[in-house]
Amino acid sequence: MNVTIVDYNSGNISSVINSFKEVAKDKVNIKVTSDLNEIKSSDKIVLPGQGSFKSCVDALNNINGLVDVLNEFAVNNKKPLLGICVGLQMFADIGYEETETKGLGWIAGKVSKIDNQNGKYKLPHIGWNQIKIVKDSKIFKDIENNSHMYFVHSYEFIPNDNSVIVASTDYSSNIVCAVEKENIFGTQFHPEKSDKIGLKIIDNFINF
Amino acid sequence: MLKNRIIPCLDVKNGRVVKGINFVDLKDAGDPVEQAKIYSDGGADEICFLDITASNENRDTIYDVVEKTSKKCFVPLTVGGGVRSVEDINKLLNCGADKVSINTAAVQNSKVVVESSKKFGSQCIVVAIDAKKNGEKWEIFTHGGRNNTGIDALEFAKKMEENGAGELLVTSMDRDGTQVGYDIDLMLKISSEVNIPVIASGGVGNLDHLVDGIKLGNASAVLAASIFHYGKYSVKQAKEYLNSKGIPVRI
Repeated sequence: MNVTIVDYNSGNISSVINSFKEVAKDKVNIKVTSDLNEIKSSDKIVLPGQGSFKSCVDALNNINGLVDVLNEFAVNNKKPLLGICVGLQMFADIGYEETETKGLGWIAGKVSKIDNQNGKYKLPHIGWNQIKIVKDSKIFKDIENNSHMYFVHSYEFIPNDNSVIVASTDYSSNIVCAVEKENIFGTQFHPEKSDKIGLKIIDNFINF
Repeated sequence: MLKNRIIPCLDVKNGRVVKGINFVDLKDAGDPVEQAKIYSDGGADEICFLDITASNENRDTIYDVVEKTSKKCFVPLTVGGGVRSVEDINKLLNCGADKVSINTAAVQNSKVVVESSKKFGSQCIVVAIDAKKNGEKWEIFTHGGRNNTGIDALEFAKKMEENGAGELLVTSMDRDGTQVGYDIDLMLKISSEVNIPVIASGGVGNLDHLVDGIKLGNASAVLAASIFHYGKYSVKQAKEYLNSKGIPVRI
């Protein structure tokens, strides 16, 4: 089994790498690359993302052919892909951080700034918050409802179709924090920074 | 519901943990990697390393400490001390830090905050404000508390938010190492002034001080060093105490 973490210059991915390697041990081969052929031949892909929606989309587009390969992998071949944080947000059609930017369009919806209710809530939404699991998902195997996960974001994914939502969290409003659409998975929180329970989610993704 | 965070801080010098009283008279107390692991296993919401004398000395040892820690601890790791440039930040992030705290450089060259938050995202840029009371206001100190800049701490906090800081780590220089509690006025003033989270630091001597930092100082997170470091309290005890006082924590 080969799991590839897509390295597309989207900021700091060392924590993602460390956590996947910790979970995989010797059983699963974790690769970190932007090489298109290696990505194509992977069994599963992880799409991390830090910084702004725009900077991540730009970084994807800067690698010639990468978006096409990701589309082929996730949409045509329906192989498993996990997006983390902005990696999940990029599934949307459109994002509004910095400027209006087109996303990958895999899950219909938009990415907008979290409503902080006129300063009543601090942004970014940073820290540990509980997730409400609203639907069964392969990545939530043996994960208890209301588990704490580590969040850090100011924008939220709002899908058009609520049926893709598998978990949400309460902040200034109800925020979508995990999605699943067939083979496409995403978490707004950072499983790689969410202690043992986060590593369990990574384990679930690697081993389902 | 978002939980208030407890962040044990390890002051590191030459790859070893120390904790000073008012930043001088350091005592040696152990290996930072082991210590960080004990904290994360004990329920620390984040770990913070401050390379305290880094502004003056060779600091390559911190990279090794960060790299080893990030392979063992799977909670957020913040590293600060002696961070001068976008390149320094890049290097720490590559070693496995999740956030970098910038102090002196943020005061001397605000471009560092603007550029690094653009390049790496605000989520990993923490501006550390060391402030000391002077009459009715607080002034910013740099270089590990040695230099007074005369800059107003509140004005500076607002400016850092505009420049792209994701969080502010506010340390009272009057209180640091004294164990008499946070400077609540300072925390509350800055927290009311900005819309980004404030981490209270400097002066914790008992668990009620942590409660006050959150309840009275309106801090999103509380940072402490000596009370955890010398085993006076465990992180778990601290969380249970905060919970008993009605503060939402991750247990």
